[in-house]
Amino acid sequence: MPPPIVSIEHVCKSYRRGSQIVPVLEDITFDIPEGEFLALMGPSGSGKSTLLNLIAGIDAVDAGTIRIGGVDITQLAETDLAQWRALHVGFIFQFYNLIPVLTAFENVELPLLLTSLSKKERQEHVSLALEVVNLSDRMDHYPSQLSGGQQQRVAIARAVVTDPSILVADEPTGDLDRKSAEDILELMERLNRESGKTIILVTHDPRAAKRARSVLHLEKGVLNAHHQAAH
Amino acid sequence: MREKSRGNASDRNACRLPGFGVIPVSYSFRNLWTRRLTTVLTAGGMALVVFVFAAILMLAEGLKKTLVETGSWNNVLAIRKGAVTEVQSGIDRAQAALIETQPEVSSGPDGKRLLAKEVVVLISLLKRGTDKPANVVIRGIGEQSLALRPQVKLLEGRLPRPGSSEVIAGTSIAGRFQGGGIGETLRFGMRDWMIVGIFDAGKTGFNSEIWGDADQLMQAFRRTAYSSVIFALRDSAAFDLMKQRLENDPRLTVEMKRESEYYKEQSEMMAKFLTILGLSLTVIFSFGAIIGAMITMYAAVANRTGEIGTLRALGFRRSSILGAFLMESLLLGLVGGCIGLFLASFMQLVTISTMNWQTFSELAFSFALTPEITLLSIAFSLVMGFVGGFLPAVRASRMNIVEALRAG
Ligand SMILES: Nc1ncnc2c1ncn2[C@@H]1O[C@H](COP(=O)(O)OP(=O)(O)OP(=O)(O)O)[C@@H](O)[C@H]1O
Ligand SMILES: [Mg+2]
Repeated sequence: MPPPIVSIEHVCKSYRRGSQIVPVLEDITFDIPEGEFLALMGPSGSGKSTLLNLIAGIDAVDAGTIRIGGVDITQLAETDLAQWRALHVGFIFQFYNLIPVLTAFENVELPLLLTSLSKKERQEHVSLALEVVNLSDRMDHYPSQLSGGQQQRVAIARAVVTDPSILVADEPTGDLDRKSAEDILELMERLNRESGKTIILVTHDPRAAKRARSVLHLEKGVLNAHHQAAH
Repeated sequence: MREKSRGNASDRNACRLPGFGVIPVSYSFRNLWTRRLTTVLTAGGMALVVFVFAAILMLAEGLKKTLVETGSWNNVLAIRKGAVTEVQSGIDRAQAALIETQPEVSSGPDGKRLLAKEVVVLISLLKRGTDKPANVVIRGIGEQSLALRPQVKLLEGRLPRPGSSEVIAGTSIAGRFQGGGIGETLRFGMRDWMIVGIFDAGKTGFNSEIWGDADQLMQAFRRTAYSSVIFALRDSAAFDLMKQRLENDPRLTVEMKRESEYYKEQSEMMAKFLTILGLSLTVIFSFGAIIGAMITMYAAVANRTGEIGTLRALGFRRSSILGAFLMESLLLGLVGGCIGLFLASFMQLVTISTMNWQTFSELAFSFALTPEITLLSIAFSLVMGFVGGFLPAVRASRMNIVEALRAG
């Protein structure tokens, strides 16, 4: 077994609502091996997004450690964590979250501005990423000129352009029609299979979960079952 | 894409390069362009303030320029010690004669000394069209007065004959005062004075004066003393020594000034007054414009909360977000500054007259735009943009990533 790329130990997270403390995650421990395609499922409010945000380094744990590629990200200072995200995490959001005033090309280029790549190198990387999502002909289009599915593909190009260690996707097909959703899932599957990307996918959709190599169920902040999907 | 991993490891060390992680200016610019109506309205408020700011500075500058250009560096003006202006000054005939004999006084090509004993009085004349009186400087000139001011040129008619009740008027008198035109007569000093010529003195203060024979004017106004003695220096560098010698001469009670310095001093108080007035006014107005910019920028931050969350998630730091929003409001200020300055530049076509507060006489001058005023106005607009955009930018940079993403 290769060493896990994500290693989560005894993670707790709660939110404060007024004077009340709402526990969301309670003592979560699990590993994700490199090259995994994991689907995170569970009822609404069970803490899926919270867990994903913690792994992606945009939220802070109350207790426990999260090691990714050997780095304990719970110990990183804010600016180091930001830089770590830029290099190691690719985000795919439910509502694509493209910057409306930037073209597809510029949106994909954005994470590369956080690297030391030259303009020419950036150009090459962006072109390659847009090729992977099959949108090379749309690179000068603004998000408003693209369909939902196309926007999500641009977002995926943006997520993979820095060649991050993990891809996190929070209901990436939640806002798409069936056909576009299938395309997106196929693309993610291909990224996992052909490029060996580690993907963590939060979803409500059993069809989406079926594409994953394994499924993790979260129930009221506790890990419930760990099915190994047949692949 | 696998092979890129190796590049990433070195990226970690190179991550503090200058310009690293800076959100491009085009992002800020395009956001302004996307909401152009709001941008134009907000920038319009700042443009108005910059217009007032620039116009008042241009006014002060125009005034200064007019008065400074009035005098010449090589000419020396002698007035009574303690007098601030020629109007208050008096130099009797004996003292004037003594100054005339000084070796530093230059001579013209005809061998005559380049020196004029002049008398300056204020009279009140009615303006054309309004019947409102305003003070005008009447200058009694000598034979050499015109030779000493090469910038003064006879435009029409002829010079007054010595010993006659004839005068010539500057172009801004001819146009703006009743009886100031050629062939007309003015009544003052209990005499009628015929205007026989119009002179143009460029942009100098002489343009707002009436010139006649010094002896005739002294008789008419029952003066026994001249107001000032003006002469050209043989050697301009000899001024300081001569000034020291003559001001300490017990037979003289005079103060010597270079003519250009004399007029510059006169302009300074008024220019300062205008500048202070202008700055206080614009600072007050600018509060309105700054609040306008602040409201616009707060709205922009609120509208783009999700976007801010996204940028932060991608790895942009708080300082990058702060920078992007500050850049946006600085650009907003710059747009306002450019519009305001563009409008103000048209003020150069306007000539206005105002009271010269030191001599209490009318003075005509135009607005003058200088590179300094341009820079100051742009800087002012940037300061407005900065102040207006600072708090919204801080709010944007302080957002919690997860909450911003949920809100967007
Ligand atoms: N910033 C917050 N402040 C307070 N409570 C929060 C906050 N974020 C999440 N919660 C609460 O934590 C719980 C888990 O939220 P989370 O978004 O992780 O659920 P989820 O599993 O992603 O649900 P869904 O499937 O609806 O997206 C919910 O009860 C939610 O109300
Ligand atoms: Mg969720």
